[in-house]
Amino acid sequence: MLVTERERLREEITALADRHGRQRSALIPILQEIQRGHLQISDYAMQVVADLLDIHPVEVFSVVSFYSFLDEKPKGRFIIRLCRTISCDMAGKAAVARQLENDLGIGFGETTPCGRFTLEWANCIGMCDQGPALLVNDQVHARVTPEKVHEILAACRRVFGIYAQEQKEEHAV
Amino acid sequence: MNEPIVNLATFAAMSPDAGLRAALQKSRADIIGEISASGIKGRGGAGFPVGVKWNLCAATRGTQKYVVCNADEGEPGTFKDRAILRAHANLVFEGMTIGAFAVGAREGILYLRAEYTYLRPELEAVLAKRRAAKFLGENVCGKQGFNFDIRIQLGAGAYVCGEETALIESLEGHRGEPRNRPPFPVDTGFLGRPTVVNNVETLAWVACILQKGGAWFKTTGTDKSTGLKILSISGDCARPGVYEFPFGVTVAKLLETVGAPDAKAVQIGGASGHCLPSSEFGRAIAYEDAATGGSIIVFGQQRDMLEVAANFLEFFVEESCGQCTPCRIGNARLREGVELLSEGRCSMRYLQELCALGETMQAASKCGLGQSSPNAFLSIVKHFKDEIMGRVSVASH
Repeated sequence: MLVTERERLREEITALADRHGRQRSALIPILQEIQRGHLQISDYAMQVVADLLDIHPVEVFSVVSFYSFLDEKPKGRFIIRLCRTISCDMAGKAAVARQLENDLGIGFGETTPCGRFTLEWANCIGMCDQGPALLVNDQVHARVTPEKVHEILAACRRVFGIYAQEQKEEHAV
Repeated sequence: MNEPIVNLATFAAMSPDAGLRAALQKSRADIIGEISASGIKGRGGAGFPVGVKWNLCAATRGTQKYVVCNADEGEPGTFKDRAILRAHANLVFEGMTIGAFAVGAREGILYLRAEYTYLRPELEAVLAKRRAAKFLGENVCGKQGFNFDIRIQLGAGAYVCGEETALIESLEGHRGEPRNRPPFPVDTGFLGRPTVVNNVETLAWVACILQKGGAWFKTTGTDKSTGLKILSISGDCARPGVYEFPFGVTVAKLLETVGAPDAKAVQIGGASGHCLPSSEFGRAIAYEDAATGGSIIVFGQQRDMLEVAANFLEFFVEESCGQCTPCRIGNARLREGVELLSEGRCSMRYLQELCALGETMQAASKCGLGQSSPNAFLSIVKHFKDEIMGRVSVASH
């Protein structure tokens, strides 16, 4: 990482610590904001957080590695979490899962090479009456069908404004 | 697309903040007395009497106390708290405020699971309105000296944080690993201060009880399980959704309501609950009989019960915090056992060993997650032996 990038990250995290406070109970809110902004919590970010909160970096790492919504490895701009728990499973999650894999060209637990999508399993997301359900970042989609998978992904791609280019990549696969 | 079914008629019939106004006219002891008289027990699943919990917290010394609303609804098959927060967040915040007044807390925290992040903006809006209307802040409702406010903290994706001591660990910025109890959160909770942790639904009922009275609450339900219960029903049924039933209702009655006349089995209490075969559909939903925190999952005739067991065990392998051995290793072993069963390579003797392991996990795990994690497996083995044993696997042909 460039020195200037590091400095910028440090400044940003310092501002977060000033806002949330430097007590231990501020740790998770700070990490959540870093995750949201940078799609990961890098080793350097963990080190800075540890310095600011005056705790050991391993403490920070132990928290990051514990929670499934915090990650030290870079995630995609859109994280798709498909519920695999029993009600969604019985409602037909397998077909949705297969279609997601087909349309994204990656398996579960992977991120597309372009860094735009990460595909993950989720445990019960509380949409059991309207399964199969998935989360795209914070947003929930219910009663997803293989056909709707395409609409959901297309809506994500429009955010980048590179809809046409992405289509080409798909055909190449 | 069908609209989701949400039946929360009793909550909808309440007049806003009447319970809080009534509470502020009473002494603290009287509020807790009213709660105790209602007989309400915790709606999250553990079923601890709310009056006792509040009394213990109120009796502690010190001015810095906390009221925490547990909105980390992660039990598979449970979505009632999402529905309550969507439709009746005011009632939940009202319940928290009543609790704060009763135990002497100044700060409230709503611990919202990460998967429900999309609810946060609307909940913040409700809180802002309550602040503007003086239901939160300094001198709540004009009550001199009663200062209370609520903030929302998001979880980060961990089922175990629904366990109250793990939730407190998470609030404090640690891994969500349950603590040894005692000490209980009512005297050593968030930041070592006395803390009351209640489920979303419990707090909503508290507001109703203060409005209508403990005697009103007791008119429904059974002797040991008073009042109504909000259930989330999903799976193989025509009308899944959120329903309100009095405690004591039979499983058969539930199935009739949701349109599942031909169910093979019902999972009561989610992944950590028990699986009932059709011969036991006469049992009642109650703390003393078929207990549930709100999750009811219906399985139709076509379902493979071994796949159900595998799904639940996969869940626990993933969600075990890894702190204690029975839960961390035990669930992995049980899942391997289910694989053997599905390949048709499990001897009766080994199955008995697996069941003994499950019983050890129930006895030796540190927290409720580990203790209840083998329940589904054990009840499926108990009731569906013929279905799960002696399978002829496809690969062996």
